[in-house]
Amino acid sequence: MIMDGKFGKYGGIFVPELLIPALEELESAFLKYKDHKKFNADLDFYLSEFAGRPTGMYYAKNLSEKLGCKIYLKREDMLHTGAHKINNTLGQGLLAQYMGKERLIAETGAGQHGIATAAVGAMLEMPVDVYMGSEDVERQKLNVFRMEVSGAQVIPVESGSRTLKDAINQAMRDWITNVDNTHYLIGSTMGPHPYPAMVKHFQTVIGKEARQQIMEKEGSLPDAVIACVGGGSNSIGIFSEFLDDKEVELIGAEGGGHGIESGNHGATLCAGTEGVLHGSLSYVLQDNDGQITEAHSVSAGLDYPGVGPEHSYLKTIGRARYEAITDDEALRAFQLLSKYEGIMPALESAHAIACMEKYAKQPENKGKTILVNLSGRGDKDMFLAAKLLGVEV
Amino acid sequence: MNKVESYEEMFKRVQKKNEGAFVPFVVAGDPDFGTSLQIVQTLVNSGADALEIGFAFSDPIADGPTVQDADVRALDEGMTTDRGFEFIRRIREFTSIPIGLLVYYNLIYKRGVDRFYQEAHENGINAILSADLPPEEAEDAVKAAKKYGVDQIFLAAQTTTNQRLKKISEFSSGFTYLVSVMGVTGARKEVKTSTVDLIKRIREHNELPIMVGFGISQPEHVQEVILAGAEGAIVGSAIIDLIAENLQDKEKMMVEISKNAQKLKEATKM
Repeated sequence: MIMDGKFGKYGGIFVPELLIPALEELESAFLKYKDHKKFNADLDFYLSEFAGRPTGMYYAKNLSEKLGCKIYLKREDMLHTGAHKINNTLGQGLLAQYMGKERLIAETGAGQHGIATAAVGAMLEMPVDVYMGSEDVERQKLNVFRMEVSGAQVIPVESGSRTLKDAINQAMRDWITNVDNTHYLIGSTMGPHPYPAMVKHFQTVIGKEARQQIMEKEGSLPDAVIACVGGGSNSIGIFSEFLDDKEVELIGAEGGGHGIESGNHGATLCAGTEGVLHGSLSYVLQDNDGQITEAHSVSAGLDYPGVGPEHSYLKTIGRARYEAITDDEALRAFQLLSKYEGIMPALESAHAIACMEKYAKQPENKGKTILVNLSGRGDKDMFLAAKLLGVEV
Repeated sequence: MNKVESYEEMFKRVQKKNEGAFVPFVVAGDPDFGTSLQIVQTLVNSGADALEIGFAFSDPIADGPTVQDADVRALDEGMTTDRGFEFIRRIREFTSIPIGLLVYYNLIYKRGVDRFYQEAHENGINAILSADLPPEEAEDAVKAAKKYGVDQIFLAAQTTTNQRLKKISEFSSGFTYLVSVMGVTGARKEVKTSTVDLIKRIREHNELPIMVGFGISQPEHVQEVILAGAEGAIVGSAIIDLIAENLQDKEKMMVEISKNAQKLKEATKM
């Protein structure tokens, strides 16, 4: 490895020996192509023509008026396949092709990353196998169908808790076995080095655009940038371009589930402890022995007992702070944004909206400019939202 | 507790008899504490030269379905790190052969690296291998291992470069754990011929004895790797399969394990 992949003490390469050469190969390809003219020209082409970049920045005037702040929404929800995920899947898919890999594998929780990978696989003509916990397969039948229509094979994972973390375990086992011809397309800023750095790189496009857009519209930086945090890729993507601007508050909204005190949540940074999971040292949800415990959030994208190592670092040095938003608060924010602005957020992104509302309601924050990353759209969550709101569809 | 035999002493003992070492692997507490202890006793009585004992983990990324299921059975039966060390103490009541611990790094990290190695040593563990701890991340572990006289074991695989083999040899003691196949743990039909080449390559960088694991399930595999020049063979999933197949009949489980272990030991004799 050329770099140690550390953010402070977090990150690293806690993987079986069999994966080290694959990580070395990936790191070397990433370092070679990240500033490569033709690679970036290809990626820019697909980001624009296939995914629909740049995304807009919308001034949410009704909510701004109601809350007494200036609220801007970075519209990642407008992207192809419905969320920011496509930025990373296009980047890694193209990188895999440049590396001469023939096959893509991915993990997915609710299916969003699986769908984005399936779409990119279809477009690049690469076969895709998606690992998905059998519990999730059952809960997300429509998304399974969406992946399959795009030609991906969805492999249900029966081990462990049969959810996202077990899908990641199984994808890693596949990669260990088929490392020669296969690229493991991890969906977030987690996993062993170089993934956290690489996924961040492909998601910084959010922050770059957002910074320019807010400067054009406001002529100054926002007071706060707010994004939801599951693994942490959309938040790192938008935070990245404001890290050096100490006056900009960076706030991450975690899945608070039924509340931290209930024990049923996905608030890894707010309530977890340091540990090693899926290849890196970061905050994790675990018991006293270090056995990983199960996360809960109404939003599948935040339902993960780990978090990207850079977030652990940003938390420790105090550059970003993290708040747990409960299922109920997120559901109310889902309705709020839909009703006031005509924009239905994904339940993940609704956590960021709820966090923004709390922030805006603090008296000392009156009149401030708040930038929220609207990471995904709510279409995928309509059945669940209806059910939770007691509406029969 | 009698004096614990070191790996060095054990390898000398078997080499004197012109044999390779037969080292079975089981998960502590699978399918429950008492039965698991009885299984280990059976293995020792059937000719095990050393033992590999695993502490169950919730997310074992280097293991195939057989070991994953064993982990689940052990965790469901209430295995904890404390109970794991207790298990080792109970083994030490009846045998002094070397015990290597297989444990995912988070269990070590959470307890505190220094404390974990101290307790491992005090409870009679000879060596520790973390499947998800490459030399790059092993500074604390290696330091603690030296401090408490525990052997630190690393994996070497077909894909491991010569440069890495050198690094691994600098950090390890006891033996080198050679992964014979590309993939996770689990019983397989054949052993790859490239294993022979890899053993030769490791020898050029490392004087430690070599034990081959992952995918060794038949007496023929054991014989093959010993003939290829390895000092020992580690057999896990093939024994754990016998546990899984005979959960309803403990007596039969012990008979089957004993029968198979004897055959596997027999195959180490040249």
